[in-house]
Amino acid sequence: MGKQECVGMLLAGGEGKRLGLLTKDLAKPAVHFGGKYRIIDFTLSNCTNSGIHTVGVLTQYSPLLLNKHIGIGKPWALDRQQDGVSVLSPYTAKQGGGCWFSGTANAIYQNIHFIEQYDPEYVLVISGDHIYQMNYQKLLKYHKDQQADATISVIEVPWEEASRFGILNTTDDLRIYEFDEKPAYPKNNLASMGIYIFNWKKLKQYLLEDAKSPSSSHDFGKDIIPAMVADNRRLFAYQFEGYWKDVGTVQSYWEANMDLLEMDEPVSLNNKEWRTYSHDSNYPPQYINGNTHVTNSFINSGCWICGTVDRSILFEKVEVDTKSLIRQSILHPRVKVGANSVVERAIIKEDTVIPPNSYISSPKGEEPFVIDNENIELVSSR
Amino acid sequence: MESMMGLINLEHERDYLNELTYFRCGAAVPFAGRYRLIDFTLSNMVRTNVQDVAIFTRNKYRSLMDHLGTGSAWELDKRHGGLFILPPDWNDPTDISKGDLSHFHNNRDYFNRGKSNYVIVSGSQFLSNASYNEAFEYHLERKADITLVSTKVEEVKTEHDPCMRIEIDEGGWVTALTNEHINPHLFTGVYIINKSLLLDLVDHCIAHHKEHFFNDGIKEQLHRLNVQTFEHTGYSAFINSVESFYRHNMNLLNPTNYKDLFYRNAFIKTKISNEPPTKYLDRAEVKDSLLANGCEINGDVENSVLFRGVKVKEGAKIVNSVIMQRCTIEEGVHLENVILDKDVTVTSGQLFVGAKEQPYVVAKRKVM
Repeated sequence: MGKQECVGMLLAGGEGKRLGLLTKDLAKPAVHFGGKYRIIDFTLSNCTNSGIHTVGVLTQYSPLLLNKHIGIGKPWALDRQQDGVSVLSPYTAKQGGGCWFSGTANAIYQNIHFIEQYDPEYVLVISGDHIYQMNYQKLLKYHKDQQADATISVIEVPWEEASRFGILNTTDDLRIYEFDEKPAYPKNNLASMGIYIFNWKKLKQYLLEDAKSPSSSHDFGKDIIPAMVADNRRLFAYQFEGYWKDVGTVQSYWEANMDLLEMDEPVSLNNKEWRTYSHDSNYPPQYINGNTHVTNSFINSGCWICGTVDRSILFEKVEVDTKSLIRQSILHPRVKVGANSVVERAIIKEDTVIPPNSYISSPKGEEPFVIDNENIELVSSR
Repeated sequence: MESMMGLINLEHERDYLNELTYFRCGAAVPFAGRYRLIDFTLSNMVRTNVQDVAIFTRNKYRSLMDHLGTGSAWELDKRHGGLFILPPDWNDPTDISKGDLSHFHNNRDYFNRGKSNYVIVSGSQFLSNASYNEAFEYHLERKADITLVSTKVEEVKTEHDPCMRIEIDEGGWVTALTNEHINPHLFTGVYIINKSLLLDLVDHCIAHHKEHFFNDGIKEQLHRLNVQTFEHTGYSAFINSVESFYRHNMNLLNPTNYKDLFYRNAFIKTKISNEPPTKYLDRAEVKDSLLANGCEINGDVENSVLFRGVKVKEGAKIVNSVIMQRCTIEEGVHLENVILDKDVTVTSGQLFVGAKEQPYVVAKRKVM
């Protein structure tokens, strides 16, 4: 293996408990997003667009669909001879039983041998469950300019939400002197985006020490970063300006999808300078029937629309029958909506069949419903 | 198990789609929102488990090669066999072959190296969603030398003029191939032939200074060959004029035809792209239309086919039109009965109305 300046390690093993039904038998990064994509496509596309060609994807929870989606990395041009994408799943070591990744830092620790193959100067640690478009080369350049040991990408969040995040307290030149994980009284509103660049040699040292500590939870936010701060290492914050969203809950998942529909396009799917890549299937063009209105929506190929669609996202091969209304909803692939139905503020999982004359509408102020073939009768009424 | 190898022979294909074939061959003409004409033939062959496909092409094949790439979209990027794009190649000073026979002569290795004993030959202007398996089984069962795939049309139109008509006897054996316009039994240009016979006929044609493999090798030799027909049923189209191109795009706006062409068998495969889903904005008003991915619609679209990445600005109106890839229709434009080739920009406020029978065609990359 040739030497690489920077190796990307993508944490994609999340179970995503807070996404409920959306992550039943499915890892969070593999959840459908934006009419055609899966959540991980945004991060993988960032790697490709940033020229990070060596990417290890750390999987753990229900990896089947995620593995199939990543495959040999072709949609992201990560099917390369020497480097490219490698799926790194937990495995049984020679001694002892199964070696599940017990935390984010532990996942990297268990794959030290993978990283060492490329003898990198830097390691980029990212997550597969965020929606954003970011050039990691700029982050890397900043890291080098600061001669930092670690650089953490941060974003300004509203003060009232700051206590939900890992908050970084910095000096005026953005050097980090304190890291508060979800502080009750935040001193700052610079939140960690879960995107780190480390000098590999330094990080390896910390990973080895952390692995020996029985009291550690082996997590970057909880253990590694605080330890580095305590040792007075050169840690810097890199301020990211742009759209970034952690789609960890049904509400934020729904919001991030709706954000895509906004006129000013916080993350543009149609930006030819910064493409978002995914698989493309060979469905025929979408068919829009006569007595319909389609407005403020994303519609993918293979769709067959005879009803009204407003402020919604329809994945491939969705069918909407006559006199039905879809509003502020997300319909995953191959959903069929029968005639005279209403679907409002709901997320419908793939292959769900909504019978004619159904009425699905989430109460205002509550999380949108997530519907599949099993719970449909509970929420549909008319 | 017997199998077929494929040959798409574009040598005698006509490029008479005016502006649409100025810079590309007929096989590469875009169709139905995201396809090229050749996609239908290729998809049908691949669906019939044809593992090798050769394409004889002579002119204007840049966009065709760009479209086909390695053949991966059709799963023809194989370790053995797969897709062979064969432009003309004359290196043999002793070669006396002419017409499409020079393709056969120069590419004899393709046939010799292929493991199949049968060849399915096709052009690109006949569109259908079919599998050739039944035709092949029938060919084997009848022990025919050649089986012509035919179709019967309800109404004979001018687009059928170039098609040969088939006359058969009670046993289904072909007795004549004519140009009698009243005969609705048409030859689709698709046929199955035994490989050894094909090679013999090629030799015979070259030795007799012939120029047209099908006409001279098969049509002229009907009396000594056992030629069967196999009738294709279901939606199909011949695209060999601007009018037929336009009409068949419009025909797909009828749900029955759309479902018959796209949903009857597996989907038609085409070059993979990376377009996002189509975005409908606040002022979008779309009726009875086909839209590919990557479009941004903020105007009226009615009874039209939009290819990938078309932008329709606010207040624009498109009726009965075919708008190809990446066209931009600015504010207040009105288009009716129009075909825009790729990358055309129509600047704001303009009005273009073509005749329903003869749509107004705009060549690639024009700014109007």
